[in-house]
Amino acid sequence: MRRRLRAWDAAVLLLLAAWATPFFWQLRTSFTPDVELLTTDRAVPAHPTLIHYRAVVDRSVMPRALLNSLGVASITTLLAIALGLPAAYALARLPVPGKGLLLLAVVASTAFPQITTVSPLYLLLRALGLRDTWTALVLADTSFALPLLMWLLAGFIRDIPLELEEAAFLDGAGRVAVVRRVILPLVAPGVASAALLTFLAAWNEFLFAFTFTATEASRTVPVALALFPGVFEVPWGDIAAASMLASLPPIVIVVALQRWLVRGLVAGALKE
Amino acid sequence: MTARQRADRRAGLAFAAPAMLALSALAAYPALWVLWLSLQQRVPIFGIARFVGLDHFVFLAGDARFWNAVRVTLVFTLASVALELTLGVAVALALQRQRSGRRLALSLLLLGWALPSVVTAKLFEWLYHPSAGLVNVVLGGHAINWLGDPRLALPGLVAADVWRTMPFVALLCYARLLTIPVEVYEAARVDGASRGATLRSITLPLLRPILLIALLFRTLDALRAFDLMFVLTGGGPANTTETLTVYAYRSLFQTLQLGFGAAIGVVVFALVMAVAWAYLRALRGAGVAA
Repeated sequence: MRRRLRAWDAAVLLLLAAWATPFFWQLRTSFTPDVELLTTDRAVPAHPTLIHYRAVVDRSVMPRALLNSLGVASITTLLAIALGLPAAYALARLPVPGKGLLLLAVVASTAFPQITTVSPLYLLLRALGLRDTWTALVLADTSFALPLLMWLLAGFIRDIPLELEEAAFLDGAGRVAVVRRVILPLVAPGVASAALLTFLAAWNEFLFAFTFTATEASRTVPVALALFPGVFEVPWGDIAAASMLASLPPIVIVVALQRWLVRGLVAGALKE
Repeated sequence: MTARQRADRRAGLAFAAPAMLALSALAAYPALWVLWLSLQQRVPIFGIARFVGLDHFVFLAGDARFWNAVRVTLVFTLASVALELTLGVAVALALQRQRSGRRLALSLLLLGWALPSVVTAKLFEWLYHPSAGLVNVVLGGHAINWLGDPRLALPGLVAADVWRTMPFVALLCYARLLTIPVEVYEAARVDGASRGATLRSITLPLLRPILLIALLFRTLDALRAFDLMFVLTGGGPANTTETLTVYAYRSLFQTLQLGFGAAIGVVVFALVMAVAWAYLRALRGAGVAA
């Protein structure tokens, strides 16, 4: 029985590795010299090279785009948590006037298509003089991340036993103190999950970034990658290297922070 | 009302207000504005801005390109959601019996889901390359132009979407399967139930609620999808992959007809909301409480 299970485990891993082939093939391509790109009969290039990474780092807008993406995604995450956590607590625990309607609006807005609001947002941000700035992307991404984040955090807060808060109240603590001393420490793993999902969504976001940016001052990684220039022919190796750089944060999240990612994803679906 | 209740009401308002203000300004206001926009003809480069009522929607009703986009959107959604759910359940069942290497398995599984969709587009553009693409190599060296052939581009696009979204379905189903107590399966074995019978009468019924949720999430996402088709095929060849979202984007920002593009955006919105509403009604009718 043990042996058969191990064979099963290996088979599943092999199957999933095969599913991930598109990624690994691009990884291989990013280390393949141009002359070997048409040689497809080797798993590893005969003469692996860093030339594509050098080209991307030295001669493309990618480094600047990585900085923009990191900045926009980080600020978006912080802002969304700062706005969303208190609101989630209010929705979970406090008597807010019109709460049922608010909850409905929050759920409905998670289903908002970006393509519907991109044009008025564009006009709004242009009128505010925010075109081609980090601020524009942070505002747009935050508004998009907030509903799901509030929904997730409200669910996590509801899981915390009410008695813990009551005990703190009996000790004479005020509402803010209770939130800080009782709720925050217990909801911290949930906040980590929600933050990861928000960061990932902002890092991957394309439509807003493509529409609201105009120069490398604010172009994010997906935009830079979509617009990756080729002079006479498509620079497949450079694109592969740029793709790998664009994939770094998602890879870190999936591999090293997997527990929090899975928790957030599953909670989002099961709490509905 | 006690002092405590009054204080709670004040706290509730104060805690919720900043997020609600942000959402009103950046989500609700644009959502109303787009309705107003869709009733206007606005072509900024010519300084045109006038009220045209429902003209755009009347035009769309007789617009062959629009109906093509509707068809592409529906075919894309049905095909990719059906494949994702089927494959996702299969992968979840395979993972259920996994004893070691689960973390590695989940890393490999979730990789495709976590990447930016623009990266996915670039990955598949290279895989589909007529002469150097892995797909043609695996198929025996034919020089098939996957993304340039009007019959193959949409299937190629669906495959890329299934690749990046199946993991989400698999993860949800897998998480549900983990909560089924081992005793249930042991009892079935003691009663002499076959593997097939166990799957049919225990596992799949228990998966049903989470599958319905995955179905809703994935259908809404597929209807709204934009990045992948915009970057991978740009709607081509010959508009065979032009979804409603791509048609809307091209109208908005390539031909700069803001009012007309907004009208298509409103149609996408209506479609998404109608599907969500119909789904929730059906769910309530079936008596499935999540």
